[in-house]
Amino acid sequence: MKKHIITTLFLAMSLAASAQIIMEGSTTVLPLAQRTAEVFMNNNSKISISVRGGGSGVGMNSLIAGTADIANSSRAIKDGELQKAAGKNISPKATVAAMDAIALIVNPQNKISGLTKEQVKDIYVGKTKNWKEIGGNDANIVAVSRDSSSGTFEAFNELALEKTRVRKDALMQASNRGVAGLVAATPGAIGYVGLGYLSNKTKTISVDGVMPSVQTVLQNKYLYSRPLFMYTNGEPKGEVKQYLDFVTGKQGQKIAQELGYVPLQ
Amino acid sequence: MNSFKEKLIRQIFRAASYASLFFLFGIMFVLFKESLTALGEINIFNFLLGKDWYPTYEPPDYGILPLISGSLAVSFVAMFICVPLGLGTALYMHEIACDRQRKFLKPAIEILSAVPSIIFGFFGLVILAPFLQKNFNLPTGQCLLTASIMLGVMTIPIITSLSEDALSFVPRSFKEASYALGANRWQTLLRVTIPAAASGIITSIIMGMGRLMGETMIVLMVAGGAAVIPNSLFAPVRPMTSSIAAEMGEAAQGSLHFSALFEIGLLLFIITFVLNIIAEIISRRYRLKLGQGR
Repeated sequence: MKKHIITTLFLAMSLAASAQIIMEGSTTVLPLAQRTAEVFMNNNSKISISVRGGGSGVGMNSLIAGTADIANSSRAIKDGELQKAAGKNISPKATVAAMDAIALIVNPQNKISGLTKEQVKDIYVGKTKNWKEIGGNDANIVAVSRDSSSGTFEAFNELALEKTRVRKDALMQASNRGVAGLVAATPGAIGYVGLGYLSNKTKTISVDGVMPSVQTVLQNKYLYSRPLFMYTNGEPKGEVKQYLDFVTGKQGQKIAQELGYVPLQ
Repeated sequence: MNSFKEKLIRQIFRAASYASLFFLFGIMFVLFKESLTALGEINIFNFLLGKDWYPTYEPPDYGILPLISGSLAVSFVAMFICVPLGLGTALYMHEIACDRQRKFLKPAIEILSAVPSIIFGFFGLVILAPFLQKNFNLPTGQCLLTASIMLGVMTIPIITSLSEDALSFVPRSFKEASYALGANRWQTLLRVTIPAAASGIITSIIMGMGRLMGETMIVLMVAGGAAVIPNSLFAPVRPMTSSIAAEMGEAAQGSLHFSALFEIGLLLFIITFVLNIIAEIISRRYRLKLGQGR
């Protein structure tokens, strides 16, 4: 009995002594956040980091509500969110954690190997409906998109579609993996995913003659690339700063590259 | 002392039984409260009859007709699978099967009802969708038909067990009277047993329908997710449930989009609520008819 009390006390004390960081947000940033948090915790046993997904919007809400220390986001903060944050005396500050690029993929059977930005837009708004219109086989185009509320969709919509409405009959998938799987199984499909989800089951195509890769993104040649953010309340400080420095540092960026993101330099 | 204990226990049980009522009202209250913004800002006719669902654009469009028609279409098509199979199973088990067959059929159906819906979704995604795509030469296998087939199979046990109950409520004397008049088994089944159990069977179908409307995981995985009003069995659809599930995580809390999703939830709740009430009314009438009224 006594022993139990002592262990409980000890546990309670050790919990009190360690700092906790709560991260929440974008599923695009999730793998990076998880892996860096694991390695970081191995090096700093006193800091514990809990990572949750949910989506960019969810993370931002939690940061504003004060229930998360870091909000992962695959997009910049919105005006409405900034206003809400101001109302709660929270000033979100962005740290770029890594770069991400959106690659266009088609089924390996497709003979198309590259499209122009204009062609991509025409496909996704529904102007181009058959592959033969743009030099492919006579087959209907099956446009595959991420759900219209995901961060990846938002980025694609801004970078590729210039905010025109995506065609109604586009197949909406809830995850990057869902898009890749559907494109791999569907001869006439075209889809878009993060660089980490490319494989030999799908064929990556160039946009305006540029293939997506670490080099082309860093040289700013590839059109569909975007920064991934970790938002904090005010300038990061204390343990949060320690962690963010780790992510943007050499080791963190190496992890980012291993996971298929584009490291910052 | 003893009477105090008894009273206490009685109160605890009373609290437990009222808890679900409390939860029900709690859910209704929250659904309604969160929908208020959308109810106020979006004209209800534009909401229910609008053909464009573009919640994240500027300006946004909140028309849920494609979502409603998606839900109705998958449920309707699924009925063609679960009603004949479910009802057929119930009739067979109740009227024809011998004890030995019943002994393994019943557990098998119970196991089918215990399969989590995500497993059906997974099966549909990995096996049925590619199969349909190949054999019907479709642009994509993620469509209304795939979702309906998986939903239909999932709902078979619900219809089977509820209509089997209904059949077993038919008093033995009905059947005996029929046989005594010289009717054979087929005539008895068709003219006596089924009509007597009819309202119970209809109840089971309505309950199945409610289950179909509310199912989320399967449609999220295999229905394709395109917010269009379906014009064929092979069109991709986006039922109400999958819209809520896919978008709730990303909609900013307190935004109009967030509230509109709650309004869809409210509508879904009303639909299933009405279906349940209809089922309840019918089954009550039927108990009275068989002289088992309360």
